[in-house]
Amino acid sequence: MSEILAQIFQIGFFTALIRIATPLIFGTLGELFAERSGVLNLGIEGIMMLAAMTGFSTTYFTGNLWLGVLTAIATGMIAGLLMGLLTVSLGLSQHVSGIGTTLLCSGLSFFFYRLIFKQSSSIPKIVAFKTVPLPLLSKIPVIGPIFFNQFALVYIAIAIVPISAYILYHTPWGLNLRTVGENPLAADSAGVNVHRVRYQALLISGALMGLAGAFLSMAQFNAYTFGVISGRGWVCIALIVFGQWSPWKSAAGAILFAFIDALQLRLQASSLINLPYQIFLMMPFVLTIIGMAIVSRNARAPAALLQPFRKEER
Amino acid sequence: MTGLKVNRGWGKFFLIAAAMATVLILANGSFQPAMSAEKIKVAGVFETPIEEPWVNQIHMALLKAEKELGVEYTWSESVKSADFARVMREYAEKGYQLIMGDAFGAERIARRVARDYPKTAFVFGSGIGPAEPNFGVFDNWIHEPAYLSGMIAGKMTKSNIIGVVAAMAIPEINRLSNAFYAGAKYVNPDVKCKFSFIGSFFDPPKAKEAALAQIEDGADVVYAERFGVIEACVDKKVLAISNMSDQSKLGPDTVITGPIWDMWPTVKYVVSLVQAGVFTAQDFGGFSYMAKGGSYLAPYHKWEKKLPAAVKALVEKRKKEILDGTFRVDIDESIPK
Repeated sequence: MSEILAQIFQIGFFTALIRIATPLIFGTLGELFAERSGVLNLGIEGIMMLAAMTGFSTTYFTGNLWLGVLTAIATGMIAGLLMGLLTVSLGLSQHVSGIGTTLLCSGLSFFFYRLIFKQSSSIPKIVAFKTVPLPLLSKIPVIGPIFFNQFALVYIAIAIVPISAYILYHTPWGLNLRTVGENPLAADSAGVNVHRVRYQALLISGALMGLAGAFLSMAQFNAYTFGVISGRGWVCIALIVFGQWSPWKSAAGAILFAFIDALQLRLQASSLINLPYQIFLMMPFVLTIIGMAIVSRNARAPAALLQPFRKEER
Repeated sequence: MTGLKVNRGWGKFFLIAAAMATVLILANGSFQPAMSAEKIKVAGVFETPIEEPWVNQIHMALLKAEKELGVEYTWSESVKSADFARVMREYAEKGYQLIMGDAFGAERIARRVARDYPKTAFVFGSGIGPAEPNFGVFDNWIHEPAYLSGMIAGKMTKSNIIGVVAAMAIPEINRLSNAFYAGAKYVNPDVKCKFSFIGSFFDPPKAKEAALAQIEDGADVVYAERFGVIEACVDKKVLAISNMSDQSKLGPDTVITGPIWDMWPTVKYVVSLVQAGVFTAQDFGGFSYMAKGGSYLAPYHKWEKKLPAAVKALVEKRKKEILDGTFRVDIDESIPK
């Protein structure tokens, strides 16, 4: 047991934890905005993949990392618009539209990757984001190297959690968004343009998913390859339920998932516990499901989730 | 059939022509699948994009065959299991004489399709045996250079801890990991090896995290069975052993060497069989062994000068023994521990 604790209480462990959690935090918060407005954005996996590709390609040709990040955000927003067109304007099934968007985006990302890079014998690479130690803060013992010697995108992820909570619960727009997700009819009679709010939510949702993709192909790794997302988008969908549609709890879910993932990688490597490796790989998923079953028993989804809003229908 | 669609008159013409051709062939006594003047048509059917290291080695060898053996080569990548049979059939129907690919995810489908086209040669990467009359198999039998790489790792480690980051515990991967560890233990009985599996064939960010975890726990030479590991070693300034192809470019100061899988001998042999019209279902695995040139140790590049001469000599000696057949690297496909 003490050896396991020794594995945990290492600075490297916590830095890895934050690193693994970052794309999940972006993705989860992105999904959160969409779902709080009443749209289940199952396009997440594909949007992350497409954004990872466009962001990477932009940086590859311009050498500018932030331009790549902006491209990834823009890509996510365009995909968000597509989701909006399908689910908000046309009011189609959100499940089908979302899966369709994921299939389209992942197909497109690979298609354009081939067009741009042809079949190069070695995988094209960029000089990825370097960790940026924050002045003073990174000097704090223990906490400094864990939280304040990270990629710039990690700081953005950490900052976005309170910002999202503030926007959702302390601004008129946040109130509109939540109302649209709970009772679009009421919002509409109060003069809120339901479609516009949902489109806005999907734009934010896409932008954050774009950041998640950019982090994976430009910070955590330095190349776009197939498999770079590997189901991380779907994990975010589950983390929303785990987090009971709250930004704080969802981010906590992402961190819990990352904690177990970072831990299992270390336990596997340390061979302290003699278990088949499959058990280790399962751990983050199984424990998140168990956690979800316990913590989120009374979780309630936004009432209007999955329901298209048509003004004329009463 | 196509003739009939165009015009009945043409259809009759084709039927007659086909009948005459059949008679001619029968009269000739034997069926020649390919005239020497005619280009052999080869198709590649791959489950993953061709960037996948395994598939890439097959693809590279077939491209070389296009250049050097004058075959005509086309390929389909990212063919999911649901489409696998259709794509295979399309090539077979179009008259491709040789269809190659990886069949691990579509093993049964590939075998079933092959049965319907007995005149077409099928050669697929597979963990099991060939099937008469026309389904040949190959596999990445590169445990020998993996063993040699392990010897280098065993000599170069300072912490006596080395690591392997691999996809999942399947025979193809286990035998490389075990051979790597065996090589290291042969030169350094005190060495310990960490094994991590990422549970996926292609997830570079995860492979990188797994490697970082090993390095933080003391490993200073890591065998990058998967993509993503070398990047972690570059970041942490420890040594790496590459896999499948020459990956020195990813970190010239980090990557010492690594086993290379060269599908060229396999492809060359298979194409020559098809050209001669004598293709039979065989296990072509032997053509991936070092003695046949199907696998070898990647060039040292920058490490030519940096690697101690004693280590190089040790590896050279073992290599010669393997090539001479006086030393056999054990094939251990149990889950590495």
